Amino acid sequence: MVGPLLPVLNEVQSELGYIPEHAIPRIAAALNLSRAEVHGVVSFYHDYRTRPPGRRVVKVCRAEACQAMGGDALAAHVEARLGCAIGETRDDEVTVDAAYCFGNCACAPAVMIDGALHGRVTPARFDELVGAPAEEERS
Amino acid sequence: MTRVYVPRDAAARSVGADAVARALAADPRVQLVRNGSRGLLWLEPMIEVETAAGRVAYGPVAAADVPALLAAGLLDGGDHPLRLGLTEALPYLARQTRLTFARCGVIDPLDLDAYRAHGGMRGLAAAIALAPAEVVAQVTRSGLRGRGGAAFPAGVKWQTVLDTPAPQKYVVCNADEGDSGTFSDRMLMEGDPFVLIEGMIIAGLAVGATRGFIYLRSEYPDAARTLGEAIARAAAAGYLGDDVAGSGRAFHLELRIGAGSYVCGEETALLESLEGKRGVVRPRPPVPAVAGLLGAPTIVNNVGTLASVPVILDRGADAYAALGVGRSRGTIAFQLGGNVARGGLVEAPPGLTVRELVHDFGGGTASGRPVRAVQVGGPLGAYLPASALDVALDYEALAARGALLGHGGVVVFDDTVDMAKMARFALEFCAIESCGKCTPCRIGARRGVELVDQLVKSKRPADEAAVLRELCDTMTHASLCALGGMTAYPVESALRHFPEDFGL
Ligand SMILES: Cc1cc2nc3c(=O)[nH]c(=O)nc-3n(C[C@H](O)[C@H](O)[C@H](O)COP(=O)(O)O)c2cc1C
Ligand code: SF4
Ligand code: FES
Repeated sequence: MVGPLLPVLNEVQSELGYIPEHAIPRIAAALNLSRAEVHGVVSFYHDYRTRPPGRRVVKVCRAEACQAMGGDALAAHVEARLGCAIGETRDDEVTVDAAYCFGNCACAPAVMIDGALHGRVTPARFDELVGAPAEEERS
Repeated sequence: MTRVYVPRDAAARSVGADAVARALAADPRVQLVRNGSRGLLWLEPMIEVETAAGRVAYGPVAAADVPALLAAGLLDGGDHPLRLGLTEALPYLARQTRLTFARCGVIDPLDLDAYRAHGGMRGLAAAIALAPAEVVAQVTRSGLRGRGGAAFPAGVKWQTVLDTPAPQKYVVCNADEGDSGTFSDRMLMEGDPFVLIEGMIIAGLAVGATRGFIYLRSEYPDAARTLGEAIARAAAAGYLGDDVAGSGRAFHLELRIGAGSYVCGEETALLESLEGKRGVVRPRPPVPAVAGLLGAPTIVNNVGTLASVPVILDRGADAYAALGVGRSRGTIAFQLGGNVARGGLVEAPPGLTVRELVHDFGGGTASGRPVRAVQVGGPLGAYLPASALDVALDYEALAARGALLGHGGVVVFDDTVDMAKMARFALEFCAIESCGKCTPCRIGARRGVELVDQLVKSKRPADEAAVLRELCDTMTHASLCALGGMTAYPVESALRHFPEDFGL
């Protein structure tokens, strides 16, 4: 396989939600890489977490098209509503991250909640979305 | 049974298309088809009903509207306040030239029979009948230029790979679509994935590459699912594998997902990432066409570039080259977003002006306030003031105005925008996404953020602005790649056209 490290890390993260420290030597050994190489890759990419995320993960688009549609106010609302700043995890309960474009720029502003993308998100709509249980169907 | 189309595109789903589909599927008379999006995104979820007169569109539809729509005779194209009319006659669509996006929103994206019935795989058949060098010659003659941003002639790149002997060559599709304000690659991968696969197979046959990779950003989970399934179906139907469509030649295709890194859209950083490394930009030469993935000759092309190849092979290079202006040929998928009333995808020959796009197609701002600024070409693109919207959207015309077309994203802002904040954001984004290889970008971007902060508070803003311009100059001239090298575009254009926002 050409360059297996990213597929392996993506798999670990999707199983566990993060890349645990103790997984790194094992991944390194399995792929015949040094630990430093694996560490270097984990730290380079924004997606890789080294600590478990909260039960809910909210990603707020902070890029230009969403800013043009009230994205700053929405981001501030998300932080206040969830009691969690962008880039932080609160009480294992929720993680809020910044994202830079979901390709939903004509239906801005956009937020991704537990992997589901939402567009034209107003603060009121956001409250409904986080109040509701996670959507059962992902077709 | 009546066919009703409800898009499965991520933008449509983000505003409730799945719930609409569920509500419709509950009616036994409905034969549900999940198509891609037509690109009239302000109307999503936009559903279509197949009638004797053609497909009739309704939108934006909420799940709660479905009972009333059905009662109004939706299945016969009946009248209702949400009825938009015959889809093909909608002015937004009728004014476009859909070549690359001809099937997007029309068919079920994973239905290979529908793909073929709508002209799919004809380009591949034409390519198989030609000698590799003739396929490359067609692409060269079409005038097709890279749609990822740099607008490099695709045929020249392919010729280099063809002419570089090697035991193994690769075709890599750049599906990183990192530019904010852009979504054409996403729409195409979700709405017509086979056209990308067909384009990549043609590229492989043309240059003698037997392996291909699609490098897709992680922010696009829907595209990942659709592409994964499309690749499996194409392989099962004999289009991928050791014997492509009975040609006796091999092409294998793999989908790879990124891990959140804007700079990995830069082609050499992308190759590093595919090799499992940090996405650090490589110095050139060598170019990837000579020494790319694992040092082998590699075509790296954007989704839109590769997906334009089948229609070129099918209809002929001259038909494609007949469209456009100057050295910008064929069609370009413009993407209209941000604060705009009618955001969406507009495929048209280059030459359309920004004003036509923003006002005629877009209908001005969504807020109803005046347009103040338009950013063309993603986060590294220049801001144009409302007075400069008559510039044509072609590579050369924009370059002459100190702007770039990039990947074709056009983001609209109303008069509440603070351009100093946008300039600061451009520098902040560069700092966050810098690969760290060179100092002007790594350090300069951070310094730039501080400078904007000082400038807006300064009692001598002109002096601070001069320092900021100097920093931009250094970043432009001393950076290894366009991330550091083009961050000055949004910053300097904001300073030039909106000095009052900086206290100047
Ligand atoms: C910072 C940076 C980010 C880029 N991001 C993308 C991207 O997301 N998608 C893309 O196709 N090209 C991107 N490019 C351009 C690629 O380097 C390269 O020019 C392109 O993949 C070539 O394909 P094309 O000729 O078909 O456009 C980026 C370039 C830079 C400098
Ligand atoms: S300009 Fe920035 S992103 Fe590009 S090579 Fe230099 S440090 Fe890396
Ligand atoms: S800028 Fe937010 S989705 Fe594109």
